[in-house]
Amino acid sequence: MVPTAAQQTIRFTLNGKPVEARILPHHNLVEMLQDFGLFGARESCGQGLCGCCTVLVNGNAVSGCLYLAAFIDGADVVTVEHLASAGTLSPVQEAFLETGAFQCGFCTPGFVLMVHQLLDRNPEPTEEDIRHYLSGNLCRCASYREIIQAVRSAAEKRKSCATG
Amino acid sequence: MKTTTKETSQVGRSIPRLEAREKVTGRAEYIHNMRLPGMLYGKIFRSTLAHGRIRSIDVSAAAAVAGVHRVITAEDVKTVIPDPYYGPVFHDQPILAMDKVRHVGEPVAVVLASDPHVAEQAAQLIAADYEELPAVFDEVAATGSPVIVHEVLRPAGMFPDFKDLAGRKNTNLHLDFKLRRGDVETAFAAADHVFEHTFHTRQIMHTPLEPIVSLAESTDSSVTLYTASQMPSVVRMEIARLLAWPENRVRVRTAFLGGGFGAKTYIKVEALVTVCSLLTHLPVKISLTMEEQFYTITKHANTLRLKSGVTKDGRITSRLCEVWWNGGAYADIGPRLTQKSGFTAAGPYDIENVHIDSYAVYTNLPPAAGLRGFGIPTLTWAYESHTDLIARALNIDPLEFRRRNLLREGRPQATGTIMKDAAIDAVLERLAERMDWHAPFDRGSGVIRRGRGIAIGFKASISNTTSVAIVNACGDGSCSVYCNTVDMGQGSDTALAQIAAEALNIPAETIKVIHADTDVTPYDMGTLGSRSTFHMGQAVKLAAEDARDKLLALAAELGLPPETTPIAQIFRKKFGMQAGNVVGIGTFNPKSTQPDHATGLAENITPFWMIGGTGAEVEVDTETGHVRVTRLVNIADVGTPINPGIVDSQLSGAAMMQFGCTMSEGMEFDAGQVTNASLADYKIPGIRDMPDQIINEVVEARQDTGPYGAKGVGETGTFGVSPAITNAIHDAVGVRLTRLPVTPEAVYRALRAANNDALEEE
Ligand code: FES
Ligand code: FES
Repeated sequence: MVPTAAQQTIRFTLNGKPVEARILPHHNLVEMLQDFGLFGARESCGQGLCGCCTVLVNGNAVSGCLYLAAFIDGADVVTVEHLASAGTLSPVQEAFLETGAFQCGFCTPGFVLMVHQLLDRNPEPTEEDIRHYLSGNLCRCASYREIIQAVRSAAEKRKSCATG
Repeated sequence: MKTTTKETSQVGRSIPRLEAREKVTGRAEYIHNMRLPGMLYGKIFRSTLAHGRIRSIDVSAAAAVAGVHRVITAEDVKTVIPDPYYGPVFHDQPILAMDKVRHVGEPVAVVLASDPHVAEQAAQLIAADYEELPAVFDEVAATGSPVIVHEVLRPAGMFPDFKDLAGRKNTNLHLDFKLRRGDVETAFAAADHVFEHTFHTRQIMHTPLEPIVSLAESTDSSVTLYTASQMPSVVRMEIARLLAWPENRVRVRTAFLGGGFGAKTYIKVEALVTVCSLLTHLPVKISLTMEEQFYTITKHANTLRLKSGVTKDGRITSRLCEVWWNGGAYADIGPRLTQKSGFTAAGPYDIENVHIDSYAVYTNLPPAAGLRGFGIPTLTWAYESHTDLIARALNIDPLEFRRRNLLREGRPQATGTIMKDAAIDAVLERLAERMDWHAPFDRGSGVIRRGRGIAIGFKASISNTTSVAIVNACGDGSCSVYCNTVDMGQGSDTALAQIAAEALNIPAETIKVIHADTDVTPYDMGTLGSRSTFHMGQAVKLAAEDARDKLLALAAELGLPPETTPIAQIFRKKFGMQAGNVVGIGTFNPKSTQPDHATGLAENITPFWMIGGTGAEVEVDTETGHVRVTRLVNIADVGTPINPGIVDSQLSGAAMMQFGCTMSEGMEFDAGQVTNASLADYKIPGIRDMPDQIINEVVEARQDTGPYGAKGVGETGTFGVSPAITNAIHDAVGVRLTRLPVTPEAVYRALRAANNDALEEE
């Protein structure tokens, strides 16, 4: 099957720190992150359709289930675990917590990262913007109504952080 | 006795989920994320035939792949478990196929490797040779078909009332539940009008985003299962039974579940990973892919026939219901559902003559069981569509027609059980108010037509089940709840902590709920059927009260003022340091009566009733058949909510799940093969599908026998959704959809047919 010789070493930035990893060419990003003890990106559909495996690569949200680990060489990777690494929740996480924008929580890291990216690019999204932007993330518990509320509240929080 | 000052009552507060922080930081524990040193991954080789006799299985090419640890077939399974059949109602399902395969996707062999990709590729090299047998797929045809899925029925013995099915041969009908009340035929003959309609639903998949996943670790004399299961106690019993071991040698642990909805009940891959671990002496994990889940457990496809006799002033005098449940190839809990939901098939109406036949049927499709509502949303869809059609035919307002026939408090339900703590009328009336039912309604114009519909359903809770809980107070006064209720998103950790906190008079946020570990957490029947708030809630309340009483007695014995001394101080005085425990225990086992075998009648059929009503406003595009639900109103009787915020999200979550079953979800088959087993082709609701407005409300109610007046809620939001939508479509454009889902194509076809311009069938 896959000869060990095919193993390669990649170097990249993971949640702000330079790291290296030994990977096989067929390993995807979700699997590789598990070797770092990071489980916030989770494989569910495995087909790029649900968003549970969302990871930010060079500032762009990607589906970790479809992203080969080999392509991470030299990249800047941010996972959900980074958002509260200083011990305080990000405004988006805080808003999700306060509005109860999840039930089982399995999809939550993916939504949280997408909302970060949404608000970075569009700090005052309309409801239509929100629905459009999050249409690639699925929540089987259907916490969508609360998620929309959380995005609004996070936008407010970020605005007051910026001005205050 | 106190720890910190209690601000308000602990129940009735909308506190965030206790685990909210872990969930938003991605740190919450799920079995899907678990890895153990030396662990092997299993990948399953599955049947490609719907029905066939296995001639041979060739695993040699797979076994030869570098990195493959071992390939396991039924022959290997038998060396560990000589009679490897499982199932809660019938022992009909082999751990790996033996002799026959009975549905496409049935597990035939499993490849083990430390790299899951290696296992997956190797599994594709396995070859099985079958003698193809004719297959049967339709639930009605299967009842009289010469094609027999199981040659002989083997009841499991877990439910004593199914014992007499033992040895039944040459039939796919594995349970027929009958209810006979009064005399429908005479009543039909005397009725002013008789109406009859038939409805169909398709097979649905639960689609939990965390897949079905189990991991087993074993020694020669013990096994530990880490499994995403809603029923840790039952998993332990079933694995112990299969191994012929005492229960205490099997340890079952769970974590948070990434959704369950009924998919993670009884056992799924637990027996398979157990056998693999015992054979290899290594930990073995199997996580199903999304595609594999479609072949593992589903919700029934149904045919439902309803017939009602009605007087000219709109009183229903008789109702006949025939319901066929397409159980697929293995019964799972389907027969229980056929019976338990079957007896409500006539709806929440006061009808003198009722005749119900509810049939559980084997076919060569993937197995089916409960999905958020245990059959009730399907039944409600049929009887509330039927009810609406009758009201329209008689030209009576659908709300008024329901009022005339409603099953009210103190009246006998079809089984004869007297209704109690069931706010059916309050739910209907509140629904009418929130829908502004009597206000003028904009019916749209041009190609966009608007309509609205209402529906109401009810469900009996699971009966004769037991919950046990332990509450443990530590030396510093902190308290933990030990129980086997599994938090799969419904918020049980939080609700149970609130119940314990109320009894202990301490803040809910300080309580820890210990996740199921059957070595330490006591028995519970399972997290299903909306039973946890009621059953486990009562057990936890009893356990907390027991602990509280012991602490109060201890304080008094030590000469401390019982009501005001902090728990920590009681321990310090007793032991001279921070030490010791006080343990309280609670067991709850509400009794009810089983329906009589011949008549289906029972005096006390359920510990409590759940009531859910939904109203929908829709816009139908008559040129495309596209339906937009603009407003969805869900009203429920949940007793007195423990955590109103979580209850609210449960109601819309449930409603949206049934919304998916109504609008877009439905498994499609070709010769038993699922042709849309992917989220690309099987459409579950996304954020864009959300109705513009969702309103949830609970009516003021109290379940006298529940903890602090509460009862279950997880399923209630599903009941009325499908019929509310199809009734609204009828209201908008005058066509009746009698099959789910109501895709734009289905609506467009119905519109064309109504115009005498039917499209050709595909
Ligand atoms: S798991 Fe990657 S998108 Fe679904
Ligand atoms: S919270 Fe369960 S899938 Fe989104």
